[in-house]
Amino acid sequence: MPAEADPVLAALSDQLILVTVLLYVLAMLAYALDLAFGRDRAETSTAPAEPVLAAVGGTAATAAQQGEDGAAVRSGADEVPETAASGAGEDTGGTGPAPKPLPAWVTRAGTAALVLSWLGLATNLGALVTRGLAAGRWPWGNMYEFVIAICMAAMAAFLLMQLRYPVRFLGATVSAAAALGLGAAVHSLQVEAGPAMVALNSYWIAIHVSAAIAASGLFIVAGACGVIYLIRNDAAVHLPTREELERVAHRAIVIGFPIWTFAVIAGALWADKAWGRYWGWDPKEIWAFITWIVYAGYLHARATAGWKGRSATIVQLVAFGCLLFNLIGVNIFIPGLHSYAELPGQ
Amino acid sequence: MTVTDIPEKDDPEKAAEARPAKLGAVGWARWFWRTLTSMRTALILLFLFALASIPGSIWPQRGVSDAMVGQYYADDPELAEWLDRFWLFDVFKAPWFAAIYLLLFLSLIGCVLPRTTAHLRELRRKPPAAPRNLSRLPQYAALDGDLTVEEAARRLRRLRFRVTTGDGWVSAEKGYLKETGNLLFHVALLGLLVAIGAGALYGYRGNVLVVEGDGFANTVAAYDRYMPGQQVNAESLEPFSFTLEDFQATYIAQGRKRGQALDYSARLAVSDRPGAPERAYELKVNEPLDVNGTMTYLIDHGYAPTFKITDGKGQVAFEGPVPCLVVQPATFASECVIKVPDAQPEQLGVLVAFLPTAVPAEGGEWTSVFPGAANPTAQVYGAFSGDLGMRDGVPQSVYEIPPEILKTLKPLVMKADPLAVSQKLDLPGGVGSIEFTGVREWIALQITYDPGRLPALLASALATVALVFSLTVRRRRVWVRVGEGPGARAEAGGLTRTGGGDFGEEFASIVVALNHGSNPGVKDAR
Repeated sequence: MPAEADPVLAALSDQLILVTVLLYVLAMLAYALDLAFGRDRAETSTAPAEPVLAAVGGTAATAAQQGEDGAAVRSGADEVPETAASGAGEDTGGTGPAPKPLPAWVTRAGTAALVLSWLGLATNLGALVTRGLAAGRWPWGNMYEFVIAICMAAMAAFLLMQLRYPVRFLGATVSAAAALGLGAAVHSLQVEAGPAMVALNSYWIAIHVSAAIAASGLFIVAGACGVIYLIRNDAAVHLPTREELERVAHRAIVIGFPIWTFAVIAGALWADKAWGRYWGWDPKEIWAFITWIVYAGYLHARATAGWKGRSATIVQLVAFGCLLFNLIGVNIFIPGLHSYAELPGQ
Repeated sequence: MTVTDIPEKDDPEKAAEARPAKLGAVGWARWFWRTLTSMRTALILLFLFALASIPGSIWPQRGVSDAMVGQYYADDPELAEWLDRFWLFDVFKAPWFAAIYLLLFLSLIGCVLPRTTAHLRELRRKPPAAPRNLSRLPQYAALDGDLTVEEAARRLRRLRFRVTTGDGWVSAEKGYLKETGNLLFHVALLGLLVAIGAGALYGYRGNVLVVEGDGFANTVAAYDRYMPGQQVNAESLEPFSFTLEDFQATYIAQGRKRGQALDYSARLAVSDRPGAPERAYELKVNEPLDVNGTMTYLIDHGYAPTFKITDGKGQVAFEGPVPCLVVQPATFASECVIKVPDAQPEQLGVLVAFLPTAVPAEGGEWTSVFPGAANPTAQVYGAFSGDLGMRDGVPQSVYEIPPEILKTLKPLVMKADPLAVSQKLDLPGGVGSIEFTGVREWIALQITYDPGRLPALLASALATVALVFSLTVRRRRVWVRVGEGPGARAEAGGLTRTGGGDFGEEFASIVVALNHGSNPGVKDAR
């Protein structure tokens, strides 16, 4: 590992971060426009292109999509227009009730937002790669790099989910969070590129920290859903339904939870190599454990009937709070073995 | 924690609430067991488990940060005493913590056992008969063509469904792996708990400080601190030994990050058992020495300058390295204590400040600017003569002269000029001299034997894999009814027994497969 960082690459990385912030902010604005004016749910969300689905009973299909169990559908009043839109979609040619034609620039806002955020993801990745090349190591060796990686993971989790599921409505929240995270990292966490602490010289950093970053990205997507869920009121017709938000959050957590489990286990394996014990109740370990427990509690609470909706969302957000505290708070406030933050000015 | 996805009909919560007015001992036991194994209790215990570990991150824990616990006692002994009464310095060994996780795991066993037997029964049972009216199911589709029962069964089997047939109907089910994964995950967690417990009982941990040139043999007596599990026999320690030939720390020499460590490396000559040939091993952070499962870790390092002390009678009363405590981690400015009980006519005690890279600072002081030993100096800032109190049986730290004894000693020198290597300081009054002869380094090692490591790893790997199945697989049922008489069409219905997203998409592809007998993955087969 070189002792000296490559100054050109390091500077390039810093500039790419600024470009990324700019792209994320523009993407956020475009998503917001899309959300406010361009939302046509029959077109964007449930477009059953398969002719087979046409044969499927309309009510039955929607019921299965609205309720996780296919049995427990609690039809809130806000859900009715949705059901009508997707159920009637087949007959009216997939447009639903269209009050007035929208200006072309508004309908393109959603596409523009996606393009901007994919570009932002690319520059975000570019910033990490150049940073890693500059320092000659994995680019998550301190708090600054870690926050940048988590912002990238959140954006990637959202964009990948968006490929398969109609979750574009999350774009504004996720890109705002990513832009704020990057901004905060640049503003108060930035340190010069250079070698990491000796304890981090291990291939486990690639396994343990990457898994933690990936899981965090998914949990951020779930957390964004949870926040929208709580602030959404019934009049907000542009926003997705609560059931939809809950379903997306659950999906993200179902993927994120095993990854987080793996990250914790990989951390234990690394601790076994580095510190002489696989589990020692270091503050970081304690909070990783607490986060794991609360997400496990969320999954149990959801699986057993009665804890859906608001209470499940609150549990999810508590878990998310624990995660954030573990990622950021523990590094800054609590001394422990994981004090790799390398905060500026220390 | 209890297993997920309890079917609502046999939810034990409801049974727990409906408790009869008069209960015998057996009734109470049954009520207690039902309550304990109910999902609500399990969830409460689960959240309590998380809540109970928070204090462990607020207050320093013994065995993790002993020095900070000591600081609590020094700052406010009464508060520390009270915190200790509630086990807040030993949260993870506290009885109340143990109570929570033992109840939780008991609750888990109470849930896993009946569900395992139920699942084993399910695995042998045939899928249930088709309901009369398939169109009432969450998923329903009319099928083209005149499908026979046999053909529908064959096509569903090809999709890896478990299939049973009846008069004009086919019943198919798959996704048993969900419950299997679910149960295995929870069993693996129990296994993990057992592995951790076994490791604590049958394993040991010890710390030792070794100076360059010295050796270590793995016996209880050789440790500075030895923490065995209850079942560890002192005779059973792995009989290896090693010599620390050389320790190297590499630092960044230039630029803003000057002084940051780049690498630590200790060269050991290891003998795996008495009489075995020595082998070379490079011990590094993240690369422990493994001798048959007994692991040696490099956890700290520092300087051990060597001194030669001649007493008033002209005899060498001390010669060798003195491990110093690091005072300033950034520059490795250290403090050392030399106790010379053999000095004649009076015992000598010397306090030394060791600076690896010394430069003059303001006011005649000296300071270290770099952790590497570029310009090592040893500054005697206190030399005393008198009785060091080492013979009265009270154990003393090698890193300090107890303050109450220091008061009784006679000061000889305060703040002498720093010595470079091979320089000598004569003590006044002809009581002797101190020569700074060289610089060595010490390393702190942790040696651990934990027989639960591998079982714990296997249990957690099993838990992760099982968890993935439990979360991603869905239990789903599909029924086909074939029509009777000419012109009647076949129909299919389906549902998922457990939650987890839309079954619609998969059902649609099953319908395609039923219609065409083709692989649902091939889209243009329609």
